[in-house]
Amino acid sequence: MDMLINPTVVELSRLQFALTALYHFLFVPLTLGLSFLLATMESVYVITGKPIYKEMTQFWGKLFAINFALGVATGLTMEFEFGTNWSMYSHFVGDIFGTPLAIEGLMAFFMESTFVGIMFFGWDRISAKAHLVVTYLVALGSNLSALWILIANGFMQDPRGGTFDPNTMRLEFSSFVQLIFNEDAQAKFVHTSIAGFVTGSMFVMGISAFYLLTNKRKDIALRSFRIAAVFGVISTIGVVTLGDALGFIDVKAQPMKVAAMEAIWNTDYNTASAPWNLIAFPDKAAGKNLFEIGIPYVLTPLLTHSEDTVIPGIHQLVDEAKPKVVNGIKAMVALKEYNHDHSNVQALATFKQYQADMGYGFLAMQYAPDQDLKKVDASNLASVVDKTAHETVPNVWVEFWAFRIMVALGFIMLAIFAFAAYFSLKNEVEKHPLLLKVALWSIPLPWFACEFGWITAENGRQPWTVYDMLPTFVSASSHSVGYMIFSLIGFVLLYSSFIAAEMYLMFKYARLGPQASHHGHDKAPAGGGMAGQPAFAKPSLAKK
Amino acid sequence: MDLYIGLKVLWWVLLGVLLMGLAIMVGMDMGVGTLLRFVGKNDGERRQALNVVGPHWDGNQVWFILGGGAIFAAWPTLYATSFSVFYIVMILLLFSMILRPVAFEYRSKVASSKWRESWDWVFLVSGFLPMFVYGAAIGNILEGVGFHFGWDGQYYQTESFIWYLLNPFAILSGLLAVSMSVYQGGAMLMLRGTDPIASRARNYASVAGIIAIVLFIIGGFMISGMTGYSLISGDPGMPANAVSGQVVHAVSGAWLDNYAAQPILWIIPLLAIAGMLLGAMMLRANKPILGWWLGAIAWIGILGTVAASMFPFLMPSSDNLNQSLTVWNASGSRYNLIWMTIFTLIFVPTILAYTTWCFRVMRGKVNPPNPADDHAY
Repeated sequence: MDMLINPTVVELSRLQFALTALYHFLFVPLTLGLSFLLATMESVYVITGKPIYKEMTQFWGKLFAINFALGVATGLTMEFEFGTNWSMYSHFVGDIFGTPLAIEGLMAFFMESTFVGIMFFGWDRISAKAHLVVTYLVALGSNLSALWILIANGFMQDPRGGTFDPNTMRLEFSSFVQLIFNEDAQAKFVHTSIAGFVTGSMFVMGISAFYLLTNKRKDIALRSFRIAAVFGVISTIGVVTLGDALGFIDVKAQPMKVAAMEAIWNTDYNTASAPWNLIAFPDKAAGKNLFEIGIPYVLTPLLTHSEDTVIPGIHQLVDEAKPKVVNGIKAMVALKEYNHDHSNVQALATFKQYQADMGYGFLAMQYAPDQDLKKVDASNLASVVDKTAHETVPNVWVEFWAFRIMVALGFIMLAIFAFAAYFSLKNEVEKHPLLLKVALWSIPLPWFACEFGWITAENGRQPWTVYDMLPTFVSASSHSVGYMIFSLIGFVLLYSSFIAAEMYLMFKYARLGPQASHHGHDKAPAGGGMAGQPAFAKPSLAKK
Repeated sequence: MDLYIGLKVLWWVLLGVLLMGLAIMVGMDMGVGTLLRFVGKNDGERRQALNVVGPHWDGNQVWFILGGGAIFAAWPTLYATSFSVFYIVMILLLFSMILRPVAFEYRSKVASSKWRESWDWVFLVSGFLPMFVYGAAIGNILEGVGFHFGWDGQYYQTESFIWYLLNPFAILSGLLAVSMSVYQGGAMLMLRGTDPIASRARNYASVAGIIAIVLFIIGGFMISGMTGYSLISGDPGMPANAVSGQVVHAVSGAWLDNYAAQPILWIIPLLAIAGMLLGAMMLRANKPILGWWLGAIAWIGILGTVAASMFPFLMPSSDNLNQSLTVWNASGSRYNLIWMTIFTLIFVPTILAYTTWCFRVMRGKVNPPNPADDHAY
């Protein structure tokens, strides 16, 4: 008999994946956004020929480089962690989920990482126009990279393009078109990429505000501030619009996630007047909100863009899951019989009859005696079904508040960008030190918004790794607790020291700022030498 | 021949190409990291050594990431099983791979000599350890790995990770990989560096080449006496299912069966030895470009030798022989492999083209940087 799944190992694997993914996602948004801001600044340089824009590109490029290295390093963990910690998941969906990851490497990641070297070291080795093309290729590469990763993630949220094959015991890739044109993936790609632009804009705007407040290199700071503020307004509007589109898609694709996001326990059939919970304290054990402030007439139009679409509540969705669990158990028992004897036509036929609900059978395993669905009989069926159906509810409290914090941050940032852009375009930004201070202290906001967005998307997907198909509980590798503790401690130690070093360097170079420029003096030493050494290496000398 | 079988074989070849590309390109950067403290006696020399690979390590590292993605997609069961079975070893590999980019980025950004000295140790460990693990993993796979599958395709492990790191053949394979990476890194330091680091690199690299030959030949003798695996029955066109469908026997010396059947395959190990030997001679004669390419050929020969011995095995199981992973039972589906092939045909030539362009742009000697210069590397 095979080992039982150890719930502690599953929980530790989840914890490790969440920590490493959230950590990786600290660096990704800035790479996505800042790369395009750099390309924009450099475009202005190439078009106008004004050296100050080159200096701007190089200065912000230096901060980009510090961030890029950690993005690459922590991305490696993600690429390997599916195999090292989620073997059943990798086996079950590798045929379709691995493909976008491989294509990401081939099409995007190779491109950004190869050209990033030329972007930093190649200033004096290629023409200005060629360098601009290189910068755009880095920006394009990072964003294409996000596209393929989110196509993979979209598959986990709403599995399309794969067909389960009982002979190989996995989802087999069956439609490339369905995989890449998955609505959830498309909307989430644009939403996430633009969230990166928001992050890049806030970063550049906040640091520029600091230079304006401390009277450093105003020529660079004012220009950077303006580009970032305008870029920020446009992107924040985009991020909100696409976020709304995602919610609209999820009402159909992931109703349980939406119900948890809005803390709706019971379906309100008076669709037009259904209240939208502005604030609520959801209690999953009690199955209700301990406290709520709802605004009537908002919910249905907000989520469904109509007045008569019913939005199911958590209790109704749990009830709907119960017959699926019953069918799923039948499907999994038949599948196991078929896998012990591939000539068992009867088992195969039974499996095919209930195949659509097989994921719910997987989910029931943890409540079956000895995790064996064959041991579910008339005496315990009702209790297994009830527990499994309730298992389909994610952590409502986390889902509700993570979503609200993200949305609130989005609107706060929109307001800040709007004021900043308005005064900056009127050339009055220096007259408003309060605005500059707000911009400076708002630098962390987009990071919080991005992380809470990730939590909303992935916490809301629980208890599934692949929605309705494969539960998290059966997805993990069969490691020992000791292995998991070893790797977790290692990641925590490594990652905490990195973040300390990263913050130290970011602060150091941001404070140092772009110094008086020395154009024409940054030629390489005789013999080629460090000919590629960017000009921004020099300004920092002045300080020492 | 059935298209699906052809695709499986094609992706077996591409898996080999990936592992070779990774060994040559990432191994070179790792070799520079391992050698850093030895070829550079002061900070300026060490920075010069780092800048030799400075503009390219980022791109080279992608071989590693692409390797992960491509194995995931084209060999899902191999990815799921091997990465999990070698868990602690893979985690150590990951930690070193994460430390290295950070070391590049951070080392020269703070002037303190203690800070830089610490990062130089990080370069040593994060250059040595991953190459050792890479070689040791291949050694372990040749020896057979203790795992089996449950009915649902989940793997179960039956050996401790201590064994994977500490058995003699794995240690030998690990050291062979480290020697080759030192060779390749040394050749690159000669190619783009100036004296004194170039001449120090020449000494280390040519000795590493000779050590590699000795280890490779000893390894060959060990393999000839080792328990190999032999596929008795298994349909090459079967659906990818590792749980059942194959009959495998374990026979002493079976890893030489393919050579006995096709004597022309002996060219591959000879290529490895010739590459290492001629390469070491070329480095001694101060011909680093030729030496670098001969090192690359040696890598192709070494990994080609393993591949030719094992075909069609990818990762034999010592625990349940019939559940050994082979080219026939561990691949992606036919539809998936078709799409993967299309993307590979489009993008691999593109990647080769722009990588070549980037190396051309950055070609030429690297001198020690201005010591006051606090830019990266």
